[in-house]
Amino acid sequence: MATTDEAAGGLQIHPMDQFIVKPLFGDGPIEWYTPTNVTLWMAIAVLAMVALLVLSTRRRAIVPSRGQSVAELFYGFIHKMVEDVAGHEGLKFFPYVMTLFMFVFLSNILGLIPMSFTTTSHIAVTATLALLVFFTVTIVGFVRKGPGFLAMFWVSSAPLALRPILAMIEVISYFVRPLSHSIRLGGNLMAGHAVIKVFAGFAGAMGVASVVPIAAIVAIYGLELLVASVQAYVFTILTCVYLRDAVGEAHH
Amino acid sequence: MATEATGEAEAAVGMPQLDFSSWPNQIFWLLVTLVVIYLVLSRIALPRIGAVLADRKSTITNDLAAADELKQKAVEAEKAYNDALASARTEAAKIVAAAKAEIQKDLDAATAKADAEISAKAAESEKTIAAIRDGAAAAVAEVARDTAAELVAALGGSVDAKTVTAAVSARLKG
Repeated sequence: MATTDEAAGGLQIHPMDQFIVKPLFGDGPIEWYTPTNVTLWMAIAVLAMVALLVLSTRRRAIVPSRGQSVAELFYGFIHKMVEDVAGHEGLKFFPYVMTLFMFVFLSNILGLIPMSFTTTSHIAVTATLALLVFFTVTIVGFVRKGPGFLAMFWVSSAPLALRPILAMIEVISYFVRPLSHSIRLGGNLMAGHAVIKVFAGFAGAMGVASVVPIAAIVAIYGLELLVASVQAYVFTILTCVYLRDAVGEAHH
Repeated sequence: MATEATGEAEAAVGMPQLDFSSWPNQIFWLLVTLVVIYLVLSRIALPRIGAVLADRKSTITNDLAAADELKQKAVEAEKAYNDALASARTEAAKIVAAAKAEIQKDLDAATAKADAEISAKAAESEKTIAAIRDGAAAAVAEVARDTAAELVAALGGSVDAKTVTAAVSARLKG
């Protein structure tokens, strides 16, 4: 590959190649059921989740082992977040929120393994996640509150003259939510991984001086670890914030 | 091989994310994954961890309550010990006082008895002494009488027993 690039007479870096969805077996077209690298890395995420939350807790110890402590940490973290942000009523959605968090978090972290495939860097994935949240909130909101759910768009604390304008803004922001929700996650992940790949391309082409891009990769890798956790956290806490609209008291 | 890959990448849209041909695949596998994770979490992992946390909480609460109870018991035991000690002390003091009183009574009785004996003995002695003294006086009178009579006889006088006796008696009285 490197020789080909040099033969082509320039620095050829393909930072986006890492995001290509490929079939695991053979070279055929990608149908909806084809096992691809997406399937592989999602399955690995599931296995990691099972190892983290199921295998580590199988002894159900009162005094926890290290693995069980980590599992309890995740449980307590998300449980507290749901309770604090979405309210006590929101605890019914705790398994749902936990599912989203564990998937996003583990996919982000697994994506940082060199040569891996980051499922959450794809808009298809994050948009599906965000739309799931969007429809869940909307449906649960209407089921629990009926037409009263629409009251969240009518800002009763604002002066009467401003309320129609604010209502328009609220409605627009409500429908923009899935877009921002998904692009924030996918964009962050994609950008970070692409930058790492670009620097890796420099490192391959610069010979001895490649220590500089390698040092940069190390630094960015640390940053990406932070981004991976923070974006999972942000995605989850926003889900809780949206859920509060559906289950909690009106807060506008 | 490498050129083939490059060609493919160039053929695709710039961003693989916007290659919509792979979207159904990703969405399908994502939904499968989410369902699996949800089932594992809601059926196994979360109830288990929740139960462990609740268990631990109740264990800690129980242990704290037990510790409190034991502490209470210890305080009570100390109090009972102190009470017992105090009552034992008063009891001991009472016994000492009673013993002292009894000893005093015995002592008094013994003293009284000894006094009585002493006085009885003293009275007897006095009586004896008086008897002896009386005997002595009588003897002195007799001796004086006899001596007087002898003296009178020796001096050549006639001894009239009656006169001598009267004279001696008068002398003894005087």
